[in-house]
Amino acid sequence: MDQLTEKIRELASTLLKDGKVDMVIGFADGTLPMTSRPFLATESDKAAQLVWNSFCSLNLTNYITGRKEKIALFAKGCDSRNVVNHIVENKISRDQLHIIGVPCQGMVDKKAILKAVGGEITGLCEEGDKLTVSSSHGDVELNKNDYLRDNCATCTHRNPVIYDELAAPLVEEQTVEEPFADVAAIEKMEPVDKARYFDNLIKDCIRCYACRNACPLCYCPTCFVDESGPQWVGKGQNPTDIQTFHFLRAFHCAGRCTDCGACEAACPMDIHVRAFTRKLNKDALELFGWEAGLDTEKRPPLDTFNPDDPDEFIR
Amino acid sequence: MANLFEHMGLEKERLHFSWISSAEAGKFVDVATDVANTVEALGPIDKFVKKVA
Repeated sequence: MDQLTEKIRELASTLLKDGKVDMVIGFADGTLPMTSRPFLATESDKAAQLVWNSFCSLNLTNYITGRKEKIALFAKGCDSRNVVNHIVENKISRDQLHIIGVPCQGMVDKKAILKAVGGEITGLCEEGDKLTVSSSHGDVELNKNDYLRDNCATCTHRNPVIYDELAAPLVEEQTVEEPFADVAAIEKMEPVDKARYFDNLIKDCIRCYACRNACPLCYCPTCFVDESGPQWVGKGQNPTDIQTFHFLRAFHCAGRCTDCGACEAACPMDIHVRAFTRKLNKDALELFGWEAGLDTEKRPPLDTFNPDDPDEFIR
Repeated sequence: MANLFEHMGLEKERLHFSWISSAEAGKFVDVATDVANTVEALGPIDKFVKKVA
């Protein structure tokens, strides 16, 4: 067992034993290699099930929404930014939380490994940057940094922005020259190619709403897609309805999205759903100089009015 | 919103925003005419349209 997992179990178990928190939220191993699942421990002996590895891709902030207990939460950089969002949006109070920061070296894209290895993967062993993947084709050694999720590869907030204690020393932040190169490439296209790009992107969408469910920003009691009076959007497989769902889901995240990638990690059809939110993140940065979830004292840009707000679109 | 619409392949000229007071009849006519003309010039839309069988 690696050092970080050991440390996490120890911290969680102590917090629960001392009665400092009612619940610890972390990750446990999933049922298949390279998977993890969110794990809510309420007794100190359950803390032994917690793990930390490069496949803890989901965002644990999703599980604190509206909770009444005192909670300890293990937070990567992106998770911690969503905790800030939650505090700003009154979804939880700061006093209820004991945030244990886990500085992050990036999470691995499981799908990229599957593609690289080919056969059925039976196990994976992680040591620093070295991943040893066992599969039906034998063992392969891979460098973790070649298989990072692309939101992790361009992440500039690996260290938690808010925490009570740390499970590991802070890491060096990356400097990314062109964090939005992918969005810029789409922006250059002609309208008809853009439309084709997005049509093609979501052609496999089965409307399971896993992206919405995995997203810590999506906490409305009744989502607009589930509403029936009024029915904002058709519920079937009509391509325009699917497009409307993705468009509106993204827009609800405008100025709030931390690009944690939970939506993509949850998507069973491997759709690059971040293509929508990334554009809004770029706009938020360019128009409002805003990156979500960095400051508990500031409201998101679409939630406030400032006389200097850009208004070229209005006449 | 206009930006994301455009990003997804909808022509920017299809979406207009304006602030018109109830006392600005002249501006209202101007804007409405202009909206109608630019949209007409673009022709019928084929994206974001739901065809009901």
